[in-house]
Amino acid sequence: MDKVMSNRLVAALYVLPALLLLLVLIYIPIVLTGYYGLMQWDGIGAMTFIGFENYARLLHDATFWQSAYHTFLLALFSALSLIGYLMIALVLSGKIKGANLFRKIYLIPMLLSSVAIAQLWLKIYHPSNGVLNTFLESVGIANPPAWLAEPSLVLYALFVPILWQYAGFYILIYYAALKNIPESLVEAARIDGASPWQIAFRIKLPLITEVIKVTIVLAVVGSLKYFDLIYVMTDGGPNGSSEVMASYMYHQAFRGFDFGYGSAVGFFLLVICLVVTWLLRKATASKDTIQYS
Amino acid sequence: MKTDTAVRLPAYPGTGTGPTVLRRLGYVLLYSLLILVALLQILPLIWLLLFSLKNNQEVFDMAPFALPATPRWENYVKVWTEGNISLYFFNSVWITVVSVVFTVLFASLVTFAITRMRWKGRSLVLGLFMVGMMIPVHSTLIPLFSLFLKLHLTDHPLSVILSYIAFNMPITIMILLGFYYALPREVEEAAVMDGCSVHRIFFRIVLPMTASVIATTAIINMIYDWNEFIFVNTFISTDAYKTLTVGVQNFIGQYTTDWGAIGATLMISILPILIAFLVLSNRIVEGIAAGSVKG
Repeated sequence: MDKVMSNRLVAALYVLPALLLLLVLIYIPIVLTGYYGLMQWDGIGAMTFIGFENYARLLHDATFWQSAYHTFLLALFSALSLIGYLMIALVLSGKIKGANLFRKIYLIPMLLSSVAIAQLWLKIYHPSNGVLNTFLESVGIANPPAWLAEPSLVLYALFVPILWQYAGFYILIYYAALKNIPESLVEAARIDGASPWQIAFRIKLPLITEVIKVTIVLAVVGSLKYFDLIYVMTDGGPNGSSEVMASYMYHQAFRGFDFGYGSAVGFFLLVICLVVTWLLRKATASKDTIQYS
Repeated sequence: MKTDTAVRLPAYPGTGTGPTVLRRLGYVLLYSLLILVALLQILPLIWLLLFSLKNNQEVFDMAPFALPATPRWENYVKVWTEGNISLYFFNSVWITVVSVVFTVLFASLVTFAITRMRWKGRSLVLGLFMVGMMIPVHSTLIPLFSLFLKLHLTDHPLSVILSYIAFNMPITIMILLGFYYALPREVEEAAVMDGCSVHRIFFRIVLPMTASVIATTAIINMIYDWNEFIFVNTFISTDAYKTLTVGVQNFIGQYTTDWGAIGATLMISILPILIAFLVLSNRIVEGIAAGSVKG
């Protein structure tokens, strides 16, 4: 058995296609991104080495930091919305008939492309004919704002479709985790006289702590990378009021033809993602994990 | 030890005793919440369906959820024939299929090698794939674009397909991993004793055993690849190879004021996934849960 299964040539052969693609299309480009950040480059002509100039510029770039702030708001909002998803999942995991159907309905927006969602919500937010403003007018609100054109509102307006898209995903994850809790534990607590509130908060939640930590990382890091929907809906506008780090990077490189600077932003974004992931993992690491076996 | 005292349970909704009224009220509230959320998730799509079947007049003048007098299917016909949508649709289909097939194949090979075979560097390779999951796609966009430019692969579907395979590899492997670890080894051991080569063990024995998890990963990949936008948008510029997501985006750019056409375009782009969902919802749910809970 060992001899056959230790054939290194075969192992290499099996691993090679995927590994090669991973290295060539993911790892090497990451290194290159950092490297290009050291260059002045318009994407077509030659590159000129300018050292850390791009990175230094980045640190003083007010527009970039504004986009970073927007990204931070998005991450904060996504993390906070997890609380709502958790509550819904808790309700769903109780004695609810049709839980499966609810779960599937919640998931539907997740299946749509960000482009489709963006275009749909562009119409929902349409100042005169969108269903939102039409509804607001019908209940007596006189001049509902043009949601995506108001610099002070646009970022928050964008949060709604993002919420809409991912709610089902997180509810699903929490639901699966909650359902994994042995019924016997819940029953025992019930017999001991625990109220549903106590069962939910003292027993169920602590038992799914690991999963909650994973979702926090997913939500926060996902927000850091977020691009598609914002690009299609507002392209970072009006005037950068909805710009996030990823869209800023894209604009610098592919609109401004400043691929060197764009790469610096891209590399910085990568480092932030890795650092935040590491920090979150550390911050949420517990010294004792709750066991129930 | 016998006890003959009855246990008195407090009267909370859901505990099975206590005043029925309170319990019923509690349930009504809970169900209302769940239904409200479900409506919020679905209403935008219902509105989409409705305005895709109206003309501009009806959209602007009628109430949002009012039904059109006659559903304007001509919106769909116009979009399908005029907008190249059929071409984009076709491209999405074959690019997705090819990407998914190779992603699942390569990932299975790797997972098999990592879980079933013994060789140095096993954990290192696994670690590389797992770290790959944390990489933001957009940070690699510029070098990838430059690389494909040099290889003359821009405007070639291969650039998109290879990228999809690479970027979906980590999550696919992660989902397969759990399943492979749980597979019983007796069958393989018997096969080895019968003189089977590794290739036969993989292709004839293990791979068929993983049919269900393959279905799950195939679906996850299909959803991602079908909906993907930024790679196609960056690497492909001629219409001939554009996928539905990019095509829809461009198309709508031309028809900004024709709500019916826009609605029809969006409906056409989301219909395949919705139909797949109706048929395969259990798999999809399971796949998404598996992919993340294990994380």
